[in-house]
Amino acid sequence: MSDPKIEGYDFKPGFRGLAQDAGSDQTMFKGVHWGKAMMWIFLLSDTFIFSCFLISYMKGRGSTPAEWPNPSEVFALHVGGVSVPLLLIAIMTFVLITSSGTMALAVKYGYERNRKMCGWLILATALGGLTFVGMQAFEWSKLIHEGVRPWTNPFGAPQFGSFFFMITGFHGTHVSIGVIFLSIYAYKTFAGHYDTGKRGWFTTIKGDYVEIEILGLYWHFVDLVWVFIFAFFYLW
Amino acid sequence: MSENYNDNKIIQAQSSETVSAGGSGATPDIDYVRPAEVLEQDLYHGHSFITKWVFCQDAKVIGIQYFLLATFTGIIGLILSWLMRLQLGYPELAGFMTAEHYYQFVTMHGMIMVVYFLTALFLGGFGNYLIPLMTGARDMVFPYVNMVSFWMFFVAVMVLMASFFVPGGPTGAGWTLYPPQAILEGTPGSGMGIILMLVSLVLFVIGFTMGGLNYLITVLQSRTRGMTLMRLPLSVWGIFTATILAMLAFPALLVGGLMLVLDTILGTSFFMPTILKAGEVLEYGGGSPILFQHLFWFFGHPEVYIVALPAFGIVSDLISVHARKNIFGYRMMVWAIVAIGGLSFFVWAHHMYVSGMNPWFGFFFASTTLIIAVPTAMKVYNWILTLWRGNIRMNVVMLWCLGFILTFVNGGITGLFLGNVTVDVPLSDTYFVIAHFHMVMGIAPLMVIMGAVYHWFPLVSGRMLSEKLGKWHFWVTFLGAYSIYFPMHYLGFIGVPRRYFEMYDSPYVTSAVGMNEFISMAAFLVGAAQFILIYNIIKSLKTGKLAGKNPWKANSLEWFTPTVPPEHGNWGNKLPIVYRWPYDYSVPGAKEDFIPQTTPPSKVSDTEVEKT
Repeated sequence: MSDPKIEGYDFKPGFRGLAQDAGSDQTMFKGVHWGKAMMWIFLLSDTFIFSCFLISYMKGRGSTPAEWPNPSEVFALHVGGVSVPLLLIAIMTFVLITSSGTMALAVKYGYERNRKMCGWLILATALGGLTFVGMQAFEWSKLIHEGVRPWTNPFGAPQFGSFFFMITGFHGTHVSIGVIFLSIYAYKTFAGHYDTGKRGWFTTIKGDYVEIEILGLYWHFVDLVWVFIFAFFYLW
Repeated sequence: MSENYNDNKIIQAQSSETVSAGGSGATPDIDYVRPAEVLEQDLYHGHSFITKWVFCQDAKVIGIQYFLLATFTGIIGLILSWLMRLQLGYPELAGFMTAEHYYQFVTMHGMIMVVYFLTALFLGGFGNYLIPLMTGARDMVFPYVNMVSFWMFFVAVMVLMASFFVPGGPTGAGWTLYPPQAILEGTPGSGMGIILMLVSLVLFVIGFTMGGLNYLITVLQSRTRGMTLMRLPLSVWGIFTATILAMLAFPALLVGGLMLVLDTILGTSFFMPTILKAGEVLEYGGGSPILFQHLFWFFGHPEVYIVALPAFGIVSDLISVHARKNIFGYRMMVWAIVAIGGLSFFVWAHHMYVSGMNPWFGFFFASTTLIIAVPTAMKVYNWILTLWRGNIRMNVVMLWCLGFILTFVNGGITGLFLGNVTVDVPLSDTYFVIAHFHMVMGIAPLMVIMGAVYHWFPLVSGRMLSEKLGKWHFWVTFLGAYSIYFPMHYLGFIGVPRRYFEMYDSPYVTSAVGMNEFISMAAFLVGAAQFILIYNIIKSLKTGKLAGKNPWKANSLEWFTPTVPPEHGNWGNKLPIVYRWPYDYSVPGAKEDFIPQTTPPSKVSDTEVEKT
């Protein structure tokens, strides 16, 4: 990463640079797009939401008197008569992390103004997200079939179902929103809105490939959160 | 660095940029300011009634919309408080009111005043109006999102109001909405009432997030040339820090609210322990009620400062302008705001000393709570030192500021009582608590709001408010508010519990009855006095004295727009350039007693301005 060129402003390295940027006029984060700064702050806020969910989950799991179900049994898949623990989750996680990779590539091709590659990679990312949500729906329906409900389940503490459906549901909503936006952005990329600087549908902000990076930040965040949910729900 | 600093401490009207950036030639241009970094903002200019006044993308109009809607809900909160005082002071006149009604009024009054009135008014109202003007921006950075933010708030208020009309009425669980009782039969509004309340809060949080992102990015990334963070008026600093708090505290409310909704609708047991009701075991079991309290107060305590910090900031500006003196210890004021904001995330459990959590936990939170008193006291000293030997104008704005300092100190000192575990336990859930928080986060911020209305009304409307009516308004409100809340401290000491519909045959009755009547009379009077302001605004809009430009002779940017009131885009063709902080009042050697932020150093070269 190199510093952007700003007339009349000399960047300094390290903490001195941080202090100088903070003490300067006009902008705190030099050369950073407004939308990108906004996304970072939004993600910080969203981190607090997921932290509250996960801490509540820990507290709930810790204080319920009934026994907590064993995740490696509950989330196992039966393949050819053999029970394979965490198989579906492993695939889901792999798909989601892969989609992070395609997203990063999309950002790169976007900045290189390779419109076609960028668009296809965004579509691939959306497809990955869609696959994830689809597999999650499969997992939900399997658990519901086995009698797991938000208020009860046959395996142990009723809070298991409550927290599971709430937190994976909240994360799945994030993924779904991401997929919707990815589809819109794929359309906009193929239509060349980012090359021509066409204004957004409701705003006066001009299209720019930086928007793909901003959406990418969101997408990577959703993946990162999944890693934590994975660890707390399936491995603990 | 240090040697340079000494040389430049009193410089000949230069600014920091002029020393470093323009120093290449033999005679550096002392008015040099770096060129603009960010491209001019494209704005969507409304061209019909709907796009200009309803779905408007101008932050100033959005600010006024927030202000009016918050005031509307505030008046409903005021009427609810009247009804409560009627029951407490004159129960024989309040035959129409049952205990259920009373709890519902308590709950709705609390929630409305804290969230839908004060938070929306300070951040949505003053934030939207002042941030772009004071930072020298054309508008908020995402005007469309900003517009959606207001309409989300509108929907949230409508959902909240709808809860008055559903079967069972609004929730009566107290504004803290503690489960299990909040969602169990027997509590008023345990069905639709509580659901609508929680849905409304979730909508409010979503809407606020949209607005909050705008406020933060506008302050961070779209200031005008020459406007450094340390040249921002303290109003902006207060609103900015409060917005950060809100962005990090509302998530806890959102999560707690969602979980409580699920407990209500789906019958999950996040917060619900095993419950015996009339000999029957309910479906619930295994949840943790105290978890909700932690989530709620992790939001609830920063929320106090979300209301207080903008008030701190705004009152600093008002005092400085009307005492014609620079704010004492500007940098310390900024750091105090930031420190209070940071500490406010580590004190939440001081609301839970009697909740049944581990008592040792309480002592940790008592320590952090008392530490907050340090930056807060620093701010109070600085306000007083700003007034010290100032050229004070005793106008209505200044009266409100002085009223703020008095009520805030009063409420702050009772906060020290309640912050200590051993003192708090006997005082918990008595009228002492009511007196404390109404003084410190009810009356004190309200005084600032009133002062700010009298101060900025000339900017918004182009006309002055009537001073005479303003003085009536102030004195009735100030003396009346003291008459309401000062006796409540005494009621608390003799042990009168709060949230009780009536005192029945308790031993408090004899000494509390007369006092309750007195408090109620004062409450009716103070409430009625607020309508003086509404009358004043309506009358002054038509017949008030024309304000002209900068009637208070203030320095900050909002008074230097080409048109008053400012138009969409704020600054006409050219953005302002800032050369100094907004507190150059009564500068020795200057022709006038104020030097606006836009005055270049070369214009005031014979004065002794401080380096900012």
